[in-house]
Amino acid sequence: MDTLAQLAQGFAVALTPINLVWALVGVTLGTAIGVLPGLGPALTIALLLPITFKVDATSAFILFAGIYYGAMYGGSTTSILINTPGESATIITALEGHKMARRGRGGAALATAAIGSFVAGTVGTVGITFLAPVVVDFALKFGPAEYFSLMILAFVTVSAVLGSSAVRGLTSLAFGVYLGMIGVDLQTGQARFTFGVPELLDGINVIVVAVGLFAVGETLYLCARHRYGKDEIVPLQGSVWMSREDWRRSWRPWLRGTAIGFPIGALPAGGAEVPTFLSYYMEKKLSKRPEEFGHGAIEGVAGPEAANNASAAGVLVPMLTLGLPTSATAAIMLSAFQSYGINPGPLLMQSQPQLVWGLIASLYIGNVMLLVLNLPLVGLWVRMLSIPTPLLYGGILVFATIGTYGISNSPVDLILLYIIGGIGFVMRKFDFPTAPVIIGMILGPLAEQEFRRAMTISQGDLTVFLTKPLSATLLAIALALWAGPHIYRLIKKG
Amino acid sequence: MDRGGRLAVWDLAVGVGVLVIAAVAFYQIGQIPAGPAFARIGPKAIPYAVAAGLAVLGVILTIQALRGGWSTEVADDGESLPIDWRALFWLGSGLLLNVALIQFLGFIIASILMFLCVARAFGSDRILRDVVVAAVLTLVAYVGFDKLLGINIGAGILEGIL
Repeated sequence: MDTLAQLAQGFAVALTPINLVWALVGVTLGTAIGVLPGLGPALTIALLLPITFKVDATSAFILFAGIYYGAMYGGSTTSILINTPGESATIITALEGHKMARRGRGGAALATAAIGSFVAGTVGTVGITFLAPVVVDFALKFGPAEYFSLMILAFVTVSAVLGSSAVRGLTSLAFGVYLGMIGVDLQTGQARFTFGVPELLDGINVIVVAVGLFAVGETLYLCARHRYGKDEIVPLQGSVWMSREDWRRSWRPWLRGTAIGFPIGALPAGGAEVPTFLSYYMEKKLSKRPEEFGHGAIEGVAGPEAANNASAAGVLVPMLTLGLPTSATAAIMLSAFQSYGINPGPLLMQSQPQLVWGLIASLYIGNVMLLVLNLPLVGLWVRMLSIPTPLLYGGILVFATIGTYGISNSPVDLILLYIIGGIGFVMRKFDFPTAPVIIGMILGPLAEQEFRRAMTISQGDLTVFLTKPLSATLLAIALALWAGPHIYRLIKKG
Repeated sequence: MDRGGRLAVWDLAVGVGVLVIAAVAFYQIGQIPAGPAFARIGPKAIPYAVAAGLAVLGVILTIQALRGGWSTEVADDGESLPIDWRALFWLGSGLLLNVALIQFLGFIIASILMFLCVARAFGSDRILRDVVVAAVLTLVAYVGFDKLLGINIGAGILEGIL
């Protein structure tokens, strides 16, 4: 009951007029950037990080969380109507949703995506509410050795398990950790990797890296492969209300998608791709009409969309309870905590109850706002899809410039931005995932800190990671996740 | 076959590029002074581990490239689109113009010029429309960041008037 009392206090925080405005701004902005191809929540939150100097922490996180949830809703609109998924997690939605739109059932597809997102988002938020305190109790037993092992596990899952190639994922991750170590070493005060450039002593700002990879790199990539001609937007036909039949076919996939998505998101495994794929194949298997899949089956939109949103909610559990980000967006939110001087981790809920519970309460409110924004007002968002590409990318780079130049009014930051943009372009071109760079950059230095703490406690004994049962278990899971697919393939061959 | 061969050259360049980054990292670690005695794990330990990791990954990528590369398998739509160098030239010019002029002319003018180049790179030929949109957008961005959020965006010709 303690949880409910705290949640009530959270609502008292979230329902103040000013925080309601922040939530509304967040979900609106989030939906907009979700709809626009080429923009994502990680980039947007990175560009808005400077508001951490102006606005108090609770309001800023309510805004960021609104953007995060909103982008999930907006992304489905784009993938249903133009078949160019904004994020990898909505690929599956495009698969069936776009077919539905072509057959004149776009309205129903949008509706099942939005309502499914609402159901999953709300159930997922209930999950956060009750799971977070449990995880905190567990995490309070963690020492530096356990934390380090947990971070290794997160590193393995975000880079080696997800994505098409473990080698390329790990390369991205190692590069990110390298970027994160640039600057003064906090424990000894020595400068590392600075090339003697004084501007680098403070380290590379995460804004520069996120904007460079996601805005500049992405623009370069699209520009280089620019096809003259446009993606065709399927006009929205049919009402956005679902028939009784649609409801009957949607509600089970929503709940199953949620059940798959939330745990996978909440485990320090992260990634919304895996649960959406799982949900899709599950619905296909369970469907009485599997032949409809591939031609616009509503279950194939309802399940994966729910899984996507539920896992997005799940990702917030390790973020808020362990300080462990498992997606690029969560990593940037973590750096916002750092910019407030707040230590994310198991003590966060005790030291900042206003912030954490206000944030959780605002997720409930944001979901309701998003349902309204995305059903009756969907026509508004559809119109945004017709913004011409030249103007869209011109605008993205203007915001990339102002966000970066605003850090210290120094052209050095812009040069760095373009260098990282160039690297991002090469990474996109050669299929290196970009999210592990951001995660490595934020989480790498924290992992180093825990490693050195653990070593100080154990007096330099490396076996401490294997002799502590919890730590050893976490490392064993990491090893199994990394080696599992290889072993499976070997067995299959043999 | 010919195209596959050419693509693997690029893959090889990427693999070697990762090795170069690893080499630079090792060189930089050499520049770090040893940590004080009280720190059991000095400032070099984890950097060495990361640099070694990059080196190993670079070697694996290089071997993969020599065996035919990977980018042919993953190219979009089953075929690799040729790089549009003309578009990239316009985009690159816009970025360089921006970084060269932003301190002298200010964010607003530099970004309008960049916007025009970027729009050109994406095939726009409606310069009047682009100028209007660019002007409105940069002004909105400037007012939003500088006046509302209170982030200093620096001085410039138009910034002085506002």
